[in-house]
Amino acid sequence: MSFDVFKLIVKSLVVLLLVALLTGIIYWLLKVSQWSWMATYYPLLIRGLWLTLLLWVFSCVLGMILAIPIGLVQVTGPRWLAAIARGFCTVIRGTPLLLQLWLIYYGLGSLFPQLASVFPEFRQDFRWLIRLDAFWYALLAFTLSFAGYEGEIMRGAFLGVPRGELEAARSFGMSPWKVLTRVWFPRAVRLVLPTLAGEVVLQLKATPLAMTVTVMDLAGVVRNRITQDTYIVYEPLMLLAVIYMCLTFLTVWAFSYIEKKVPQKR
Amino acid sequence: MAGQPGFPEILSFGPTGYGDELLFGASVSVAIALLAYALGLIIGVIGAMSKLYGSTLTRTIMQGYTTLVRAVPELILILILYYAGTATLNQLLESSGFSAIAINGFAAAVLVLGFVQGAYSTEVLRAAIQAIPVGQMEAARAYGMSPWLIFRRITLPSMLPYAIPGLANLWLIVTKDTALIAVVGYTELALATRQAAGNTKMYFTFFMAAGLVYLIITLVSQRGFAMLEKRVRRGQRKLT
Amino acid sequence: MKLNRRIVMAAAALGLLASASTAAMADIKFGVAAEPYAPYSSKDASGKWVGWEIDLMNALCAQMNEKCELVEVAWDGIIPALTSKQIDVIWSSMSITDERKKTIDFSDMYYNTPSNLIGQKDGDTNISPEHLKGKVVGVQVSTTHERYAQKYFAAAGAEVKTYSTQDEANNDLAAGRVDYVQADSTALDAFLKSDQGKQCCELKGTVPDDISVLGMGVGAGVRKEDTALKEKINAAIAELAKQKKFAEITVNYPELQGILVTPENK
Repeated sequence: MSFDVFKLIVKSLVVLLLVALLTGIIYWLLKVSQWSWMATYYPLLIRGLWLTLLLWVFSCVLGMILAIPIGLVQVTGPRWLAAIARGFCTVIRGTPLLLQLWLIYYGLGSLFPQLASVFPEFRQDFRWLIRLDAFWYALLAFTLSFAGYEGEIMRGAFLGVPRGELEAARSFGMSPWKVLTRVWFPRAVRLVLPTLAGEVVLQLKATPLAMTVTVMDLAGVVRNRITQDTYIVYEPLMLLAVIYMCLTFLTVWAFSYIEKKVPQKR
Repeated sequence: MAGQPGFPEILSFGPTGYGDELLFGASVSVAIALLAYALGLIIGVIGAMSKLYGSTLTRTIMQGYTTLVRAVPELILILILYYAGTATLNQLLESSGFSAIAINGFAAAVLVLGFVQGAYSTEVLRAAIQAIPVGQMEAARAYGMSPWLIFRRITLPSMLPYAIPGLANLWLIVTKDTALIAVVGYTELALATRQAAGNTKMYFTFFMAAGLVYLIITLVSQRGFAMLEKRVRRGQRKLT
Repeated sequence: MKLNRRIVMAAAALGLLASASTAAMADIKFGVAAEPYAPYSSKDASGKWVGWEIDLMNALCAQMNEKCELVEVAWDGIIPALTSKQIDVIWSSMSITDERKKTIDFSDMYYNTPSNLIGQKDGDTNISPEHLKGKVVGVQVSTTHERYAQKYFAAAGAEVKTYSTQDEANNDLAAGRVDYVQADSTALDAFLKSDQGKQCCELKGTVPDDISVLGMGVGAGVRKEDTALKEKINAAIAELAKQKKFAEITVNYPELQGILVTPENK
């Protein structure tokens, strides 16, 4: 009896809280929040979105291309190469991406003056390297990160392809290269597809870190321009959250579509 | 470079070296990670239970929470919750007659990261509980065990083998996510490193040193979780 | 029901955790940007905050007879930190501008310095906006210097690159990634005297003043409703000036002598 009363009280409290929260949010959206900045800043936002998408897509594609050999040598490669690949995966997966990004952008940047003091021509000859936009450093960091995580997953996928299939391919007289491209690799890719969706979403959610190294991606535009110019804090962040949410759902939907198109058994 | 302390000195523990600052930062990071992880687990248990056995209302709330949190970048969530969360809380307190409280950076970091972790923990624990063969629960109920006893004797021990790998992964994620707190200006390992690097201009050295600390934390945790998994899997068939 | 009792207990423990972290409510929280900003505020190797502004803060709090607590916050989030009550005072070399006054309030000025431009060592000291066309100017985000650079240099065709800390902007100047850095003259002076600054860079000149963007000196930022606190700080600043405390503090910072405008010598 007393428990039922307790349950009822808790339940009505939760409902009350939810209703209050919802009214609060709706009130805030309709009455308090300001969205006039959108008119001024939407070209910047679109450029930022474009940079975010470029960073995300290219780092995933390039990272995946790197991950294939990293996974493969851990399974079949010579010992020393396998050790290097495993070490790379451990270091990437064991340290925060934020730190890797700072090391690559600010760490490398801090070496330029030292290089210039040793080779006086450095500033002239390598001007292109010095003037390289921060975007490329971010792309490098994000690519290496994705390669580290995916390399580990590809290793498992290559191991996960049944031995019998590889032996069957070999007994057909396929060359090792043909076995890899026709049987081993396609089967491994099908195995990682479900996890790949999750990894690609995680990579998307990591892209705002790029703003900490002066990249004017979507988050950079919001935090380093809009918020600083207008002192409006929450609305731009909300917009950012909504855009990322849409991108996440789109990605999840796209991957489940591909998964259905590529049947497990053929 | 004349006048600059050398490599070993700069990382030493004395008043001229930054070793003690980094170590302090590391301990702050680990403390934030531990508390956030614990908070995430508490939310996770409540979330998983209400997602599995709750009413339609609680299930909908929990579904909304896990979906939203997992679809938005952690950094954006931290930025929103760190400022908006504390501002809303204070406004609520003031409008209901209390005085505003100042939530320090440490507590805010724990609450925010715990809130994010809770969503992931919920999913890991829910999947693990669902992996328990139905017969075990039915047998327990047939014996007349109370729900709490079932949880303690059946659910918890049989779900752990399924949950530990996921939970281990979450721990590794939260230790690395503590670095994001640097962006809101609370001094943990990443920000302590950046301050030291900025003061000494030795960016490369310090970022490498901090990376090593994070790596050690990860490797030690991995070893610990492997041992834990072995223990909760005792009596089970080995996975091939 | 045991289970529910446990949940209630866990919730109570959580509440305790939250309230335990809110101890020391009576202290006035002074927000300082968590970055090296010599000679005003930086963290030394023993983990202590030092600098002219820190000394002044201690003198101010002694004068007000209040206990103050130094809280580190991110510069680019320092105004939201104030409005969301994580800090009570912005004590971080923030210039008093009309634009900021729309959001927060300021105490009287406690120091003032001109805005300077430094750049690569090449002897060229022409800093007219037309001359900087096509060049890259680095600034710290959300500073008066950023506004100035956007208004004059970006409008004339220069690229303005924003950094979340002054230190990063200086670092990229030394690396050669930007051509100029615009900031507070005394902070830049400290950089030019450092080993890194001596090697690469030189003073290019002081930009023509524009009070509408560069503001009316540095003041303590407070919430608009905290008028009592503002009056208290103003009274303490006036009293410190009367006691010649500003000069007393500046003696320890030879690099500031003769340059720094304080309430004593304005």
